[in-house]
Amino acid sequence: MSLIAVRARKHRGLGLGLAAWLVGIAFFLPIAWMALTSFHSEADAATSPPSFAASLTLDGYREFFGTGGGASPWPALVNSAVASVASTVLVLLLALPAAYALSIRRVRKWTDVLFFFLSTKMLPVVAGLLPVYLFAKNTGTLDNIWLLVVLYTSMNLPIAVWMMQSFLAEVPVAVIEAAQIDGARLPTVLARVVAPIALPGIAATALICFIFSWNELLFARVLTGVVAETAPVFLTGFITSQGLFLAKVCAASLVISLPVLAAGFAAQDKLVQGLSLGAVK
Amino acid sequence: MTATTAPLTTAPERATRPPSARLRAWATRAPLMPALLFMIAVTQLPFVATLVISFFDWNALYPQARRFTGLDNYRQVLTDADLRHSVWTTVLLTATVVLASLVLGLVLALLLDRRFPGRGVVRTLLIAPFLVVPVAAALLWKHVLYNPEYGLFNGLLHYAGGPRPDWISGTPLLAVEASLVWQWTPFMMLILLAGLQSRDPEQIEAARVDGANDWQVFRHLTLPHLRRYLELGALLGSVHVVQNFDAVFTITSGGLGTANLPYTVYQSFYQAHENGLASAAGVLVVIGSIVIATFALRVVSSLFREEVSRA
Repeated sequence: MSLIAVRARKHRGLGLGLAAWLVGIAFFLPIAWMALTSFHSEADAATSPPSFAASLTLDGYREFFGTGGGASPWPALVNSAVASVASTVLVLLLALPAAYALSIRRVRKWTDVLFFFLSTKMLPVVAGLLPVYLFAKNTGTLDNIWLLVVLYTSMNLPIAVWMMQSFLAEVPVAVIEAAQIDGARLPTVLARVVAPIALPGIAATALICFIFSWNELLFARVLTGVVAETAPVFLTGFITSQGLFLAKVCAASLVISLPVLAAGFAAQDKLVQGLSLGAVK
Repeated sequence: MTATTAPLTTAPERATRPPSARLRAWATRAPLMPALLFMIAVTQLPFVATLVISFFDWNALYPQARRFTGLDNYRQVLTDADLRHSVWTTVLLTATVVLASLVLGLVLALLLDRRFPGRGVVRTLLIAPFLVVPVAAALLWKHVLYNPEYGLFNGLLHYAGGPRPDWISGTPLLAVEASLVWQWTPFMMLILLAGLQSRDPEQIEAARVDGANDWQVFRHLTLPHLRRYLELGALLGSVHVVQNFDAVFTITSGGLGTANLPYTVYQSFYQAHENGLASAAGVLVVIGSIVIATFALRVVSSLFREEVSRA
């Protein structure tokens, strides 16, 4: 390759790097703008053209957290936390043994079982919405956060089974067998050999399940009311305009998205594996 | 994410099965049972119920008038102009969002596949839209970006001396689609980037030594390699977008001709209390999803088998 071609390639490399930066910033711009607006006063948030350099204030956040007289978001945030954390724990309790039976000590036809789990993920939520609603109504579990816990568990279990079976399958058989020959019993093998290798994957699985539960709207909207309302349902209160409320909307959207952003960035390396149900590593 | 092809356990097939083998088989199966039974109970039973209800004329406000009507609900769903329109909207919305985010995601993945200063930061910036709660993202687009008076878009257009369109009333479906493309592009990018990084670098190097230029490498090596990743992204994206409720509900509340099937199902039983009709529409969504899912499962399974055989 001639020197000129190498130099041309280097220049273009710089240009493409710059292009990547520009696109990255463009995609992030709405979020940055949301963050900036959340720190503006309502008057500054609703100017035309938008004010970029207005003075900063925490009024939007005060207003959102209900000190301005509106409904407090805390019950909804607590409900979301309970639904997401409890369903994630339940998912792990169910998925870990299942993944064990699909990777380390395999049942026969284990691939068929895996694909059954995957196929349930393809079944749209609306397909079961009405029966679930009628069931909840007849059993008095409408507006009960534990109903959402059960539903979110079913929503995330296939993802968790797929992810964890791919993580557990990474544990070398030879190591397990060596430990067993040395006389280690199953609990010891699990704790000393399997857990250290699979733990990062299990943590990522948990974070992804948490994100999906936290985000869910349709079930929560239909099945909860004033008591078990979750954070996304609380946000739907902002759908219709209410005078000057942009800073408050931005503060609310940002606060409610923070757990997801944190969990997502923490699980960044395993995110694609979880989202593609373990098909892509 | 790299170097994850450690050997998979290759359980030896037990050819002979003495009497105690049955017990052992159940012991092997036991850890799987709770998860399996839970999934069947919570996801399969409701769908069977939906299927049964879809054959009944049943308005929740007149429970006494409930009666079996056979395929009448389906006939109504398929002949009702609004419902037919929502079928079309669902197809259009899904196709537009998936294709646009796939193309954008491919461009971004190609940009990020190269080394440049701050690549990790750019990757993080690009993932962020996917990590905004969907309702929050829809609110952000509806109020903060699209607002004709003080939204960011018209603000920027103002500096450029452009017009000040009313985005949501003017192009409602496009408004919903744009917000979804913004959220789904990172998803596509992540899958395609993983695909790009699983290419064989020696093969590309060999092609370059043989004098292939960038376009030829992309066209004849990268694109064929990416095909299944593109398929996977398209299909998983479709499975999610076809079910979208949050954006339609938030940005337009199903108005202005943007009601898709999930929104219509929600509305017909939650507001109109038409249980039978809602169920029939729900079953139609399932049929559409099964068509997509059949392809999706095939792609996942081919990637999966390759992974297993490579190990």
